[in-house]
Parts: sequence; C-alpha cells; structure tokens
Amino acid sequence: MTWEPVIGIETHVQLKTESKMFCGCAVAFGEEPNTNVCPVCLGLPGALPVTNGRAIEWITAIGLALDCRISSTSVFHRKNYFYADLPKNYQISQYDIPVCHDGHLDVDVDGETIRVRIERAHMEEDTGKSQHVGDGGRIHQAQATLLDFNRSGVPLVEIVSRPDIHSAAQARAYAQELRAVVAELGVSDARMEEGSIRFDANVSIRPAGTSELGTKVEIKNMNSFRSLERAIDYEIGRQIAALERGKRLVQETRHWDEEAGITHTMRVKEGSSDYRYFTEPDLPPLALDAEWVEKVAATIPELPAARRSRYAEAGLDPQIAAVLSAAEPELRQLYEEAVASGADPAAAANWVTGEVTAGLRRLERSPEEAFLTGQVIAELVGMVAAGELSSSAAKEVLSGVMEGEGRPAEVAEKRDLLQISDSAELEGMVAAVLDENADAVERYRSGEAKVIGFLVGQVMKASGGKADPKLVNELLRRNLES
Amino acid sequence: MSLADLTIAEAARRLEEGEIASTELTEAVLERATMTEARLHCYLTIDREGALESAAASDERRSKGQAMGPLDGIPVALKDNMCTRGIETTAASQLLSGYVPPYDAHVVERLRAAGAVIVGKTNLDEFAMGSSTENSAYGPTRNPWDTDRVPGGSSGGSAATVAAGSALGSFGSDTGGSIRQPAALCGVVGVKPTYGRVSRYGLIAFASSLDQIGPMARTVDDARLLLEGVWGHDPRDATSYSGEYPSLAPALDQGVEGMKIGVVRELSGDGYEKAVDAAVEAAIERLARAGAEVVEVSIPTVEVALSAYYLIAPAEASANLARFDGVRYGNRVDGETTEDMMARTRAAGFGPEPKRRILLGTYALSAGYYDAFYGKAQQVRTQLIHEFRAAYEKADVLVSPTSPTVAFELGARVDDPLAMYLSDVCTLPCNLTGDPAMSVPIGVDDAGLPIGMQVMAPALGEERMFAVAAELERLAGFEARPPLGDA
Repeated sequence: MTWEPVIGIETHVQLKTESKMFCGCAVAFGEEPNTNVCPVCLGLPGALPVTNGRAIEWITAIGLALDCRISSTSVFHRKNYFYADLPKNYQISQYDIPVCHDGHLDVDVDGETIRVRIERAHMEEDTGKSQHVGDGGRIHQAQATLLDFNRSGVPLVEIVSRPDIHSAAQARAYAQELRAVVAELGVSDARMEEGSIRFDANVSIRPAGTSELGTKVEIKNMNSFRSLERAIDYEIGRQIAALERGKRLVQETRHWDEEAGITHTMRVKEGSSDYRYFTEPDLPPLALDAEWVEKVAATIPELPAARRSRYAEAGLDPQIAAVLSAAEPELRQLYEEAVASGADPAAAANWVTGEVTAGLRRLERSPEEAFLTGQVIAELVGMVAAGELSSSAAKEVLSGVMEGEGRPAEVAEKRDLLQISDSAELEGMVAAVLDENADAVERYRSGEAKVIGFLVGQVMKASGGKADPKLVNELLRRNLES
Repeated sequence: MSLADLTIAEAARRLEEGEIASTELTEAVLERATMTEARLHCYLTIDREGALESAAASDERRSKGQAMGPLDGIPVALKDNMCTRGIETTAASQLLSGYVPPYDAHVVERLRAAGAVIVGKTNLDEFAMGSSTENSAYGPTRNPWDTDRVPGGSSGGSAATVAAGSALGSFGSDTGGSIRQPAALCGVVGVKPTYGRVSRYGLIAFASSLDQIGPMARTVDDARLLLEGVWGHDPRDATSYSGEYPSLAPALDQGVEGMKIGVVRELSGDGYEKAVDAAVEAAIERLARAGAEVVEVSIPTVEVALSAYYLIAPAEASANLARFDGVRYGNRVDGETTEDMMARTRAAGFGPEPKRRILLGTYALSAGYYDAFYGKAQQVRTQLIHEFRAAYEKADVLVSPTSPTVAFELGARVDDPLAMYLSDVCTLPCNLTGDPAMSVPIGVDDAGLPIGMQVMAPALGEERMFAVAAELERLAGFEARPPLGDA
C-alpha cells in the first residue's frame, strides 16, 4: 500500500517587543534568572494584566502577511492547567475569536508551489522555564526543579496551519518560508536554536487516495530545520511500519531525540484534554477597526515571496534569487543600488551573493566599512561585461576595493589588472605563437580541435596573463581557419 | 464621647481647625480596638506602629500647612484581601498566613498618598467567599450589635470595625454583596461603585468580572469622602473606567424632589423578614413625602440571578485561585512530586468554602457542561442587564432591602450553603450588571438590630444614588450606635 503523510504545523513565535505581553517587564534573553519579573508575570495575588498594544500590532502584521482575515473584535481567554512554570496556573490565550484567521502561505518546494492554509494566528503569553536538577535532569528522577520566570509573559504568537503538508521536505519549506516572513516583518528574532521560533508538527498517515485523517501524533523539540525534517521523516516511517505490522497508533505527543534520531512518547492524550477555556474577565475585548488594520498594513515591507519573484523577473537564477532574498538587508540594498546604477541584475546578484558576501564575511565588515556601494558594484560588473577585466582579475579588484585602495577602475589600473582587449595588440602575439608552434597548428588543422586550448595558453603566457582569453580564442580560430 | 466615634467629616474638620491631632485620633481608635477586639475580632492584623507613624507624619505635614486633603490623618481599615506592602495580607486563608506582599494595591497607594492612616487589615470570609465572615481561617468576627450574631460578609470585619469605632471608615470588596450586606447587618453605609470605577489592582481576586472595591462608613458623606479618595482611572487595571469622575458632594444636598424611585417587585415578600419589608416600605413612604415619585418595576430575571451568579463567580474563582499552589508563595506542603506538592498545599491551605466553589466552578466550565452551566449563566447575565436597563427607563434609581434578614446568629447557616447564599439575593444582581449600589441604614427591628436599604443606579449613576442615599439617611434619622460593653 502507498501511504500519504498528512502534516499540520503549529508555530510559536516569540515577539521581540520591548516589554512583556501583559506587564512592563523587559523582554530579554540570557539574563540572570528571575531578574525581569514583577507581580504580574509572577502571578502574585492581586496583580492584573494589561495588554501590550505593540504586540497586537505585530500579530496583526503577521496575520496580514499570511493573508489572514483580522477579527474586528478579538477576545482573550484563560486556558486552565496546572504547571509549575505557569505562574497563574492558567495561560492568557485566545480561543474562539483569535486576532487572525483563514489565511495562507505559498511555499516553493522542489520546483513546485504548494499553498498551505493558515487556520489561525492567536496571541498568548509564554510560560517560565523549568530546569530539573539532579540525576541527569530528567523530570522523574530530578531532585529539584528550578524555575526562571524571565520568559513568563513574553508575547507569543501561535500560528496554526491546516493539514495541507504531505512530506517532510514540504514541512521544512513551509517552516523556512514562515520564518522568513516573520524575520522580514522584524517582529521576532525568529531563531530556532534559541527557541524564539518553535515548530511542532502534527503527523498522521493515511492510504493514498483516501480522505479520512489517521491518528494524529504531535512531535516536539526540533531545534533546527534539519531536525524538523528528520523528525517528520522518522515519524512517517515509524507510523507506516507500525500500521503495516498491524499495530494501532495512539494519539500522543512524542519527543524528538536529536542524538538518537528517533521520537519517543512524551505523554499520551487520554481523551481530549480539557482546558476549561473561558473569557478572560481582566481584559476587555480588543477592538481592531478597519482603519487601524489599514495603518498596520501600510507598515508591512516587501515579503520574501514577492521579492523572489521580482528578482526572478529581473532575470536572476531562481537559486540566486532565493539566496539574495534571504540575505542581510544591507546586501540586498547593495544589489538594488547596483541595478539602479545600471548593472546587469543577474551579474550584480552573482557578485553580491558570491564574492561580496564571502569577502565581507572574511573581513568581518559591513558593505559600508568595505567601501562598497551600488555604484562600485555596477562599475565592476560593467568592466567585466566590457571585457576590461577577466573574472579572476575582477575578484582581485574587488578585494582591492574592499581594502580601501579606491574605485574598481583605479584599483585595476594600480594593480595592472586591465585586460588586453585590443585586437591589434593581440594580433602580433597570436601570429608569433602560431609561428613558434607549427606542429600544434598542423594537429589542429588535421582535426585535433582541443589543441586550441594549448595555443590560447601560449598567447596568455606571452601577454603576461592580461590578454582577454575570449578574444584570443576568437583571433586564433580566425587565423587557423583562414 | 471618644474621638473614635467621630465621623470622618467631623474629624477632618477638627484636624483642619487644629482642635485635634491625628496622633490623638489614631490613639483613640487603637484604644477602642484594644477594648473591643477580644470580643469582636474585626482585625486580622493591627499595624499599631505603622499607624502611629503615619499619624505623626500627618501631624507634621499639617503643622507645616501641607495637609493633603480630607483623608489626611484619618484612621481607616482595609479588608485583608487588599495587598499592603510590608503588611501581612492573608485573605483570611491559612494558605497565605505570613504572606507579606511586595507591593501596595492601587487603593492603598491612593490612601497613603492622601495621608490616610492605615490601622490594619480586617477579617473576611476566606478569599471573600461567604456572607457571615464565619469562613475566615482565623475565626469569625462578631456583630457589635449582638455578639451572638454575625456581622455579615464577606467584608464583615470592615463593617464591624466601623460600627464599633476601631476605625473611622474602611474599605471592603463586593462580589455579590460583600460590602452592602455586612453594612446593612452592622448599621453602617456601604457602597459598591460602578464596576471599573475603583481599580482592582492589588485586590486578591475572587471573581474578576464582579469584584469591586468600595467604602464603608458611618454616614453617606463619609462614604463619599472615602470613595472620592480612591476612585479614578488606573492604567494597571484594564477594566478601569477612563472617563469622568464627578464630585459627588453636590449630590448630597440635592434631595429627591421629582426623582422617580423604582421599587423592585421581586425583592420583597416570601423569604424576607417582616421587619425588613416594613422598614423598607416606611423608608419609601418617607421618600414619597419628600417629593419623590414611587413606581413599581419588575425585573423577572432577578429570580434566577442567584443561580447564574453561583456559576459565574465560582467559575472565575476556580481560575483565580489556581495560582495558590505553593510554588512561589504561600504555605507549601511538600510532596513526592511537584504536582503532589501542589495538591497537598491546596488541600491543606483552602478551607471548605473555597474548595466548594473551586469544585463548582471547575465543573461549570468543564467540557460537556459548559453550555448548560457557564454558557447559560452568561445568557442570564445579559438578560438581566437588559431588564435593568429597561427598569431605568422607568425610574432614576431602584430600591430594595439590602438583605432579606437582619443579622443572623453565628452558626445558623454554616452547614447550609444554600441558605447562606440566599443572604445575597438582593445584592448580587448589581454585580452581574456592573451597576453601582449602596446600603444605607434605615432603622432597627424589635430586637434593636439594624436594617439596611439598598439604592441602585445605572452604570456611572453614583450622583443620583448618593442623592437618594443622603435623603434616606436624613429622613431615617438613624443615629443608633451599637452597645460597646466591656471587654
């Protein structure tokens, strides 16, 4: 039997607002435990939450970027469950009226585009962190649990996809695209390894061609895109193997073990858990009118998908377009300015994503610190196109520019890197080489075409490496075939 | 007469005139407390030292001509569910014995800023759950009028202390009548303002959509002074009202000429003591003679408001009380695992009434029961709001008894939660609607026990409510004081 995986992804995005969701404490990471806390985020008796307006603005931006509809009135709910790092033993979250609902994200994977529908994006608060100490840190043998509430109350946006994903590769592509959107909006650090963006996958399988959903398993603890893909692949395989051995799957949450490369049971859901949601009486409903939503919409920058297709239309190779689109904003700006200064887009993109990126990384400098502007790139690209620089000479020119030696033309001049692309000057060298290598000429004429490479090499040698090899090749052929 | 028996207005006048010092006044109040506490147990904590320091500071300010207003130097008491920095705050629960908050509630900040002297923290039913103050983990408060009887609740300590003179005024919280009902039973004035007009920041929550802080005092004018001292917008409470806060003083002299007084038909008769109904009827007649037009109004949903209330309030309470788990504060009982520790802490820490309400609320919110219970209760609440709105088309204010009975004997309703819950039948509708309501003493029954009348007004209608309350007070001529006896 062929099996079809059915996957939905739940994404938690930590917003990098200045203050927490419901109090004035700073949102900061890596600080001493329990230093960014107050009566509200510690759940002290009598403390009350007040909604962070910026967070609402940002979740709205996320929703708009995902083509969601924005609820004109949105309501907070209490989600009740007991856990030591949940200070109030309820989480302020949203239930039936999330801020954003019914959107989608188009994802390119293996040359095709799939549309993943977004069921909802809602606002909630993060929990604190538990650290179990003693006996290897596993919860069951731990001697003590240490709690850090610095993260408690950090704004979280939960984005729930529909089960429109059918392979681990698609899941990875969806996650990467979603991360790119969130990063573009500038509302989160969106770093998987730091947990500022977290993806949980709901995985089930069903016989291909059927429409009923199989038993759903939630997998957690993937902290890179690679582990997300591996975990899903593993889980699909595990489920297929189980069903094919005639076993029944149970609805459960499984933990991805990165080292072992397997998932294992975390908790089995007995019936559906009952969080006893009810409207948060401490917070009035959010009123998000159309005019306000318009204002938020106006702040949304060009999103990665739109940028990639704009790049592709400009003639960039899709791979390069994707790399450039995901590059640092200052690199993209360098590209945009180079094109505006007349550079060929494809060539400018190649330079920016290739040599420029590598050079900056090596020097640990910003484009500005490395004397790079759009005009500089355009000039360099222009010189290559005009045959004034060989590609290897151009690389040397670039590194000269980045060392502060001047503009490309000046550097090429100073370092004597300009190509000889004057036919008259080259004709003499070509004639001399043909004279000195009569046997090679003979072999070429008797059909050994590859000998031309040797001859080109001789001319290049005679020119001290400065001849334009393309032109040399052309001149040789003309002479040999006349 | 002891200085402890002064009204706030009179004490403020004498302080202002330099006739007395806050230190003297505060000492008189503390002395009164020394005399009455063994019998009444109004307080869980008396902050003698802090109070005298505040009083001295007040006198110091006044001597420099820097007095801060009518509450400067006035000794007041706070229900022990309002957080006070540096002063133990227990909500009358064993779970929080020894808990000292690191911050002041909004009302406490405001009172300190106004120069008020905080005498101490008053007794209450645990987490404000009850109508007799018998549900306190630290023993009941007794009614100063008859120590075999309860002071009402849950703000029983705050009511009794004002009646007994161990504070000039106090603050309580009212979720279903917890200010008004004990005010009625102790013969004092108690006000539940419009929901949102006094910040709940720092009030240990019972049912967040119903809780409201308000003043308790010996006169309507004193209640006004206390209310004006603490109300106002507070950005830390998202449900705080951000509009206008009028001065209420002019309303007190306004009278009731031409006003329409609506008598709520459903809040009398069966289940109401004859003396209570009779006193209320007499008070209504006096209002009519003073020029008010009396109309009868019907609010049928009032009959099921109690049922709705006892679903909504416990539902919210079940979440509000979840934080008391022994993890971060409170008296922890160790266990095998974290969950076990939480369970043991809660089992040992909560008294029977909070447990009952947590269970009720948890049940009402559970999957499969939500629609039938919590959902239905919310519909009743909406219907009630509509009916009250319609009633206010016909009348400017509504009136009823505050409590169906006068103060009952200790122990009489302890084993019968339903009978206890019925104590709030007249008061809890206004918590469901969010409208303001207050209780004014209008007389005593044959045994000399006080009877209170409730004046209700539409949201933000405190001015007309105070106008009617002041007139009722004048017409009732209620000046009886409880017998103080010897310790």
